[in-house]
Amino acid sequence: MSNSNFTADATELVSAGSEYIQYVTVRIGGQLFGLPISQVHDVFVPEKVTKVPLAPVEVEGVLNLRGRIVTAINMRKKLGLVDEDKVEDMMAVGIEYKGESYGLVIDSVGEVLNLSAHEHEANPSNLDPRWAMVSGGIHRLSGELMVILDIDRLLTSLIEPKAA
Amino acid sequence: MDELLSEFLTETNESLDVVDVELVKFEQEPNNATILNNIFRLVHTIKGTCGFLGLPRLEALAHASETLMGKFRDGATVTPAAVTLVLNSIDRIKEILSELEAANGTEPAGEDRDLIDQLEAMSEGVEFAPAGSACDTLQALERPLRPGEVSLDELERAFQEAEVEEVVPLTLVEDTPAPAETAAPSFTKAEEKGEEVQNPSNAGSGKSVSNQSIRVAVDTLEDLMTMVSELVLTRNQLLEIARRHEDSEFKVPLQRLSNVTAELQEGVMKTRMQPIGNAWQKLPRIVRDLQQDLDKHIDLVMQGADTELDRQVLELIKDPLTHMIRNSADHGLETTQERIAAGKPEKGTITLSAYHEGGHILIEVADDGQGLNLERIKGKALKNGLATEAELEKMTEHQIQKFIFAAGFSTAANVTSVSGRGVGMDVVRTNVEQIGGTIDLRSTAGKGTTFIIKIPLTLAIVSSLIVEVAGDRYAIPQLSVMELVRVQSNSEHRIERIKDRPVLRLRNKLLPLAHMSELLGFGDSDADLDAEADNGFIVVMQVGSQTYGVVVDGVFHTEEIVVKPMSMMLRNLNMFSGNTILGDGSVIMIIDPNGVAAAMAGAGGADLANHADDIAEEAAATVSESDRSVSLLLFKAGSSEPKAVPLSLVTRLEEFDVATIERSNGRDLVQYRGGLMPLVYVNEEAGHRDEGSQPMLVFSDSGRSMGLVVDEIVDIVDDRLNVEVVSECPGVLGSAIIKGKATEVLDLGHYLPLAFDDWFMRKQIDAVDTSRKVLFLDDSSFFRNMLTPVLRAAGYDVTVCATASEAFEVMSSGEVFGAVITDIEMPDVNGYDFCETIRRDSRHHDVPVIALSAVVTPASIEKGRQAGFDDYVAKFDRPGLISALKDALTGEMGVAA
Repeated sequence: MSNSNFTADATELVSAGSEYIQYVTVRIGGQLFGLPISQVHDVFVPEKVTKVPLAPVEVEGVLNLRGRIVTAINMRKKLGLVDEDKVEDMMAVGIEYKGESYGLVIDSVGEVLNLSAHEHEANPSNLDPRWAMVSGGIHRLSGELMVILDIDRLLTSLIEPKAA
Repeated sequence: MDELLSEFLTETNESLDVVDVELVKFEQEPNNATILNNIFRLVHTIKGTCGFLGLPRLEALAHASETLMGKFRDGATVTPAAVTLVLNSIDRIKEILSELEAANGTEPAGEDRDLIDQLEAMSEGVEFAPAGSACDTLQALERPLRPGEVSLDELERAFQEAEVEEVVPLTLVEDTPAPAETAAPSFTKAEEKGEEVQNPSNAGSGKSVSNQSIRVAVDTLEDLMTMVSELVLTRNQLLEIARRHEDSEFKVPLQRLSNVTAELQEGVMKTRMQPIGNAWQKLPRIVRDLQQDLDKHIDLVMQGADTELDRQVLELIKDPLTHMIRNSADHGLETTQERIAAGKPEKGTITLSAYHEGGHILIEVADDGQGLNLERIKGKALKNGLATEAELEKMTEHQIQKFIFAAGFSTAANVTSVSGRGVGMDVVRTNVEQIGGTIDLRSTAGKGTTFIIKIPLTLAIVSSLIVEVAGDRYAIPQLSVMELVRVQSNSEHRIERIKDRPVLRLRNKLLPLAHMSELLGFGDSDADLDAEADNGFIVVMQVGSQTYGVVVDGVFHTEEIVVKPMSMMLRNLNMFSGNTILGDGSVIMIIDPNGVAAAMAGAGGADLANHADDIAEEAAATVSESDRSVSLLLFKAGSSEPKAVPLSLVTRLEEFDVATIERSNGRDLVQYRGGLMPLVYVNEEAGHRDEGSQPMLVFSDSGRSMGLVVDEIVDIVDDRLNVEVVSECPGVLGSAIIKGKATEVLDLGHYLPLAFDDWFMRKQIDAVDTSRKVLFLDDSSFFRNMLTPVLRAAGYDVTVCATASEAFEVMSSGEVFGAVITDIEMPDVNGYDFCETIRRDSRHHDVPVIALSAVVTPASIEKGRQAGFDDYVAKFDRPGLISALKDALTGEMGVAA
């Protein structure tokens, strides 16, 4: 319940013409991504992740986060990035989707950016389809580009094909 | 949604359920004013609240119902039709309410004029009973009033006064006794309610009762449960730390914390518990309706309605229970006439009872009807192929009765509106098993049937066995674990294989096994498996009637685990039923025994599916005609599809002890009638059983015998042998429809050389599609029987003769054959002479003649050529014969053209 409120808030902020959205920036395989701060519940170090056999490849496993069972999603695998240069201390961003807890396993967490809601651009047409599926647009920052991670689309893409 | 409205919906729904139950009771005791008042009050409350919330449609309907109820209260005669009408109105109100809920508080458009008109007409038309009886109604409480109580008449007056003008405050609903109580069917409970009603001051103010119970959202309780689980976890960690520091000053307070936590956990668990009566609430109404539909008199007795169980389980058990009650009413109980004829009371009784037994709840649904019809179940089991006649013979009554839990099993001869739609007890069984329960039955012919459901008290906490597979831990619910077996390659418990499928001899049974690591999709190379097999544990599990073993690497201990649902992303994994957090804080997956069973059956299931496709293709294949009926032996070997051989080929049927099988010179042999008989397997990989006895078909011809090892001899039937689909697979001639089922007809020509080395290896041949008439002469019935199907399968129209004179007769009768096949060694006229005779006949001198002989030497071939044979083929060389025949016929065609 509370989560859907968050989502609603985020969209309302945009539609209401509010100037800025705060993004938590994360790095996945060198690329900078931004998640709307309203959707990020916590940032944690995934420890003692239990493998889930037979699960889709993106599923890193399940873990206990303060008494809740969190399904960890390996974002590198989801985005089709090679897992070779394995980062030692991976981080995870805790999000909620339809009352369930998920953890997006990413390389590292950066600063929080305050960006204008209207300045982001649509996905370039040649964007990798796996990325386009989860990207809510691109922000041009000075020096690099930030891909907006659309949590709803990300999780829908993970859950829906299985539900069918 | 408006909070007030959602409150209204919850409470009204509950009130309506109560009204349902009460109305049914009222119908039975129309003079019980207490019940009537209770109903009246509830309907009135609904009406009042609807008016207050601005829901005119509901209000109008409730008002019309109330008016009718009012007439009853004034002494009108209660008729079943009237009660049905009121019940229908209640149903309509429920419908509107659910739409109201879905539409977020907007009353759905529509009219209820139909019902209201009927209600009003009924109210107008009701007959008033004589005044005296009305008086009785008011005096229903036959005991002196206690201090503080008011008489019913006074109560009546209070209602009359309160009836119309006053908008009843919402709180009034709160004093509706908890559903648990209302569901309890006993009269005492009803009386207690009556007493509550008798204190209008209390009911009006809503103080006393509502203060004792509060309504809490389920989510709140779930959250509380989660937090308590977390607390337990933290406590465990603290205890662990304290254990390491011996003289810690934390020890005492920690102990106290530990106790309080345990109590808290128990307390929170209790909040989830609800009396099972809640699940029974709708049953009296259902039974009432069934009585009318089925025209039977049924008494529903409910015992132990206050037995508590987890509300989650409660929800899941509701539907199966309803189904079972319907079943008992429809199939279990006889019709009134039958009952009278059987000397039973006219009224059938269905008894529903619940009680605790060691961490489980047992629910029994008993009827005093006719009991299960064993013969009908047997017939159906045979028809559905669940068991063979021979198997049924050996089964106990109870085992046969249990067939009703098999999928798609419904013995109802007639499909009634109530049941018998082919979905029967198997659905109930599936539902019960889904919540980790079991179902059983007892039935005595003429006395009745009792179903016993055993379900866990709660799904939230499950005692589980923690096992290790491929370096990770998994939980297996203890309920389905039968036993643990340690396997070692050198001990008596060792894993054996039948065509790569591991099995275990467990006492006198063969237990199918699966490696958990394989089921979970980990590495499954043979080396790994063997290593595992050396030091594994087998968890013997039972799901329904299926028993199987799962090989795991290690077994730790049992632990009470709190089951948590998996996230949506993982919910499609049937292998797991959930996950949990262990005492040490790590998450582990809970293995679903049903999923494992399904995965184990998966391979076989795929085969069956393929087979179904085959049958479809066969059906599409052209049907040729041959109307001679042949005795066929049906058996099963290697797979579930039936197989057949002509019975006349089989010398004997034997059953032998697998222990007597000896191995020599790379083949299996048995000592048989003073000699060694080679054994041949229909499915080489499957081999023979590990123990016990196994049937085989013995084929003997001129002193040679071979045993064809099969799994099971099914039947002997007389049917036309029409090989309709020629097989590409060695050892199978093709498929034929025998007894309405696609059956593989075995090619003995393939198996016989397997038994004796001096026979030829066979090679693939092409099916000949040109249908030609062929004369086949052989004195040995064995070869006649064996080769005739071969030739038919290859597309030839075969005329069979046993002697040369018979063959001459056929040939001189004017029939023209494309080719003649003849044996060489025959008693009176041998093959050479036969051939020469044909050659001398002007009509037949150019017919190709093929010799068949067990002796194939250059000399004999030369002799044959001189006699005029076109070709010389060894017996058992089926492909050789076919190709020779093909050459002969095409050659002849070349000449003709």
